[in-house]
Amino acid sequence: MSNLLSVQDLHVTFVTPDRTVHAVNGVSFDVKRGETLGILGESGSGKSVTLRSILKLHPEHRTRWSGSIKLEGDEVLGMTGGALADLRGSRVSMIFQEPATAFDPVFTIGHQIAETIKRHTGKSESDAWKRARELLELVHIPSPAQRLKAYPHEMSGGMRQRAMIALALSCDPSLLLADEPTTALDATVQIQVLLLIRELQRELDLGVIFVTHDIGVAVEVSDRIGVMYAGKLVELGGVEQMVDAPRHPYTRGLLASTVHGGMRGQRLEAIPGAPPDLAEPPAACSFAPRCKYAEPKCLAAPPPLTAATEGHLVRCVGRIDTLAT
Amino acid sequence: MAIQSPSLDLGGGAGVRATPAAQVRGYWQQVGRRLRRDPVTLVCAVVLLLIVASALAAPWLGLADPYKTSMIRRLYPVGSPNHLLGTDELGRDMLSRLIHGGRLSLFMGVTPVVCALLIGGLLGITAGFMGGRVNMLIMRIMDVFYAFPSVLLAISLSGAMGAGAENTLLSLTLVFIPPICRVSESVTTQVRGFDFVEAARASGAGTLAIVRVHVLGNVLGPILVYATSLISVAIILAAGLSFLGLGVKPPEPEWGLMLNTLRQAIYVNPLLAALPGVMIFLTSICFNLMSDGLRAAMDVKA
Amino acid sequence: MDRGGSAQPLLLARDLRKHFPIAGGLLGRATRVVRAVDDLSLSVEKGETLGVVGESGCGKSTVARLLMRLIKPDRGTMVLDGDPVDQPHGITVNELRRQVQMVFQDSYASLNPRLTIVETLAFAPKAHGLPSAEARARSRDLLAKVGLDPVHFADRYPHELSGGQRQRVNIARALALRPRLVILDEAVSALDKSVEAQVLNMLADLKSEFGLTYVFISHDLNVVQYLSDRVMVMYLGKIVEIGPVDAIYSDPQHPYTRALLSARPSMDPRKRTREAPIQGDPPNPIDPPSGCRFRTRCPFAEGVCAKAEPLLTDTGAQEVACHMRIKGSGHTRAP
Repeated sequence: MSNLLSVQDLHVTFVTPDRTVHAVNGVSFDVKRGETLGILGESGSGKSVTLRSILKLHPEHRTRWSGSIKLEGDEVLGMTGGALADLRGSRVSMIFQEPATAFDPVFTIGHQIAETIKRHTGKSESDAWKRARELLELVHIPSPAQRLKAYPHEMSGGMRQRAMIALALSCDPSLLLADEPTTALDATVQIQVLLLIRELQRELDLGVIFVTHDIGVAVEVSDRIGVMYAGKLVELGGVEQMVDAPRHPYTRGLLASTVHGGMRGQRLEAIPGAPPDLAEPPAACSFAPRCKYAEPKCLAAPPPLTAATEGHLVRCVGRIDTLAT
Repeated sequence: MAIQSPSLDLGGGAGVRATPAAQVRGYWQQVGRRLRRDPVTLVCAVVLLLIVASALAAPWLGLADPYKTSMIRRLYPVGSPNHLLGTDELGRDMLSRLIHGGRLSLFMGVTPVVCALLIGGLLGITAGFMGGRVNMLIMRIMDVFYAFPSVLLAISLSGAMGAGAENTLLSLTLVFIPPICRVSESVTTQVRGFDFVEAARASGAGTLAIVRVHVLGNVLGPILVYATSLISVAIILAAGLSFLGLGVKPPEPEWGLMLNTLRQAIYVNPLLAALPGVMIFLTSICFNLMSDGLRAAMDVKA
Repeated sequence: MDRGGSAQPLLLARDLRKHFPIAGGLLGRATRVVRAVDDLSLSVEKGETLGVVGESGCGKSTVARLLMRLIKPDRGTMVLDGDPVDQPHGITVNELRRQVQMVFQDSYASLNPRLTIVETLAFAPKAHGLPSAEARARSRDLLAKVGLDPVHFADRYPHELSGGQRQRVNIARALALRPRLVILDEAVSALDKSVEAQVLNMLADLKSEFGLTYVFISHDLNVVQYLSDRVMVMYLGKIVEIGPVDAIYSDPQHPYTRALLSARPSMDPRKRTREAPIQGDPPNPIDPPSGCRFRTRCPFAEGVCAKAEPLLTDTGAQEVACHMRIKGSGHTRAP
């Protein structure tokens, strides 16, 4: 099956009079229909910037992109204006962390969904509302007919998140981008939304890119996981490979420092230090200052992404497996 | 150079250090730096400085006597010999009157705002911080005054008290107290809800200490921005009152009064009649733009 | 400063109630009430870490603020190591605040953006009478204790620090008055996982160094399990289950506790969650359901659950508020 989305060597830099930030420094990955790619990283890793670049959401006057983002063969980075507006919402959709701000508070949910449908598909008013109601049923919102007339503030957090998913799916996109959609939700609601996204992905054969900082969430929804650090992918592989046998020291560090009850009484293996300042593009391995397996060659040049085993890529030149832990 | 913090202790645990971002100085220094870099604000500042400086130095600038009338040399046009900007309807030198007029007009513009800032600011911060009944009492009183449009209020107060510079100052001060109070109250209420104020309360500090250390520093900025935007309104209102005969009395030079007395010259020499208006316009817009610049500079989400 | 010895609880709260009126109606009179905390009693033992878990609307943040008397309870009493609080023969609220301190969730909003770090840390000791030089010296010591080099950090402003560094400052600020009890209200929730691990290690070190007692409020069940000795589960302003951490996690008895524990995402891709443990959102604390507040989402709810409110009952290892565990309650599953 050909790739739905193909990102090649993406670089994103923000330039303002005060400072320059090299947010993404050469990211490449593919996503196929019917698969979920989880992108795992902490703040400053560049995961959200990567996601938003797929829709070119950053302000043009202070963002520099280079590389290629191809959606079903069409180059997104070269698009502007009308072509971009056509792409957003109809071929690629995004759901965000804060459902409260994704909706306009002065219009009803039904109105906003119907408007989007009309804009992209040219359906009539009544057809659009019918479709909006179908979508609310699809995301398991109870009493969908009444909810169409509800305002965003009248709904609970979980309900709004489902409505946002309905809005995102309203024009049959082939790719769904999810930027930490469950981070602000309560635990019992989070699991419901995660299951919903998995179910919808199966039913609609969507490609999904799910950005999160929570390993458990990534494991629940992803088929493959990519770990980002300092604007680069440091490891990419199938979800089982990543959990059973992570090869990059940062991934291992993340897994080791994720708290679970079994660690009670022991000291946590925290990764020392903090992520680097991205004012300069990296000249060597960005993780080396914090890495307990670091060697002199790690500081010599940026390590390339190489295949450790089939389908499992790692960006590390240290010999992590030959060293005793 | 990509490797950070060579002093990093790789042992992990609580002894971790990381070098924070580049040395940035305090908040107001940053605001000052941003203001200096904003071209619009700089230009306005220079213009205002010229106007204010010339107004202050007026008696010593070697200008003609602003009160000396001459029945022969009336309504000379702009660019006449000896009278750079012409003469007014009583033969007085326009340039001199405009610059001398700046003294009174600026004074009438700035003083009420400063007084209202002190009184309204104090009331508003008190209302915002105390909340409850005190807040209701203060704000409802302000609402009564707010019900009147400011121009109408100024005219009625001046009309009731009579014309004259002192009464104008008083009435303008009274007009500006409610809006400044309202802005102060709203900002103070907002800041009071912030976690760090709650944390200060949680540490058991007294109210005065909390207000002094935590509230004032964060509240004065927005209030100041609003107050500076009122200066231009004050200048226009003062000029308006003088135009209506309720403000400064002749023969004092004041831009609004000059607009009034030069009305008759509109058909004879429109440029001359417009000159005081130009000064009002220039001064007001400079204050406005500087206020905008201050607000933008303070909006640093650093 | 220990008065009653180890057998006496450090902090005892009885029948705390806090309702927030919502202004509505013609004259702004309160027509509806948010019943944030209702008749809640708890005790905190000396030297323990009491974990408090629950979702939005459960009242855990309100409880934190009630314990610090940042808000005044409508009803209920508090006793700190034998001394009644805010009562004629006890200690004042100010004295309570010297011994009980709090760390908030939002590390940025908790710090005055106009003050340097050392000024923020010195504020409380100075307000309590310590001379300025001594307060600043103590502040610098505290910075070092929380892993921030005073040379680098003392004269910085909050916006120059990262989230983890700011939270360390907040913890240092809480320790400035040398308290006995520290309430951590979602103190690590907003941090990245790797930073969270650093801060948790630090909290453990500080606890043993200063002999502190913690009340750790969080929505993250894993962190609570790691850190706490006892755990308290809250729902809509009430405690539904409380007990030693092992008992709660290995044998949860309240249906809500069970749902919370199984709602945690699985870390094993081969054993993914198949079904959500409960449906719907946590309800609003305005007009909570009658009787047992959890009954609207409980798969085992019966008639008796709507009529009577289950009280916390001792079931051996822990205490549970559920009719299924109360003898003779009328529930078909009751013993």
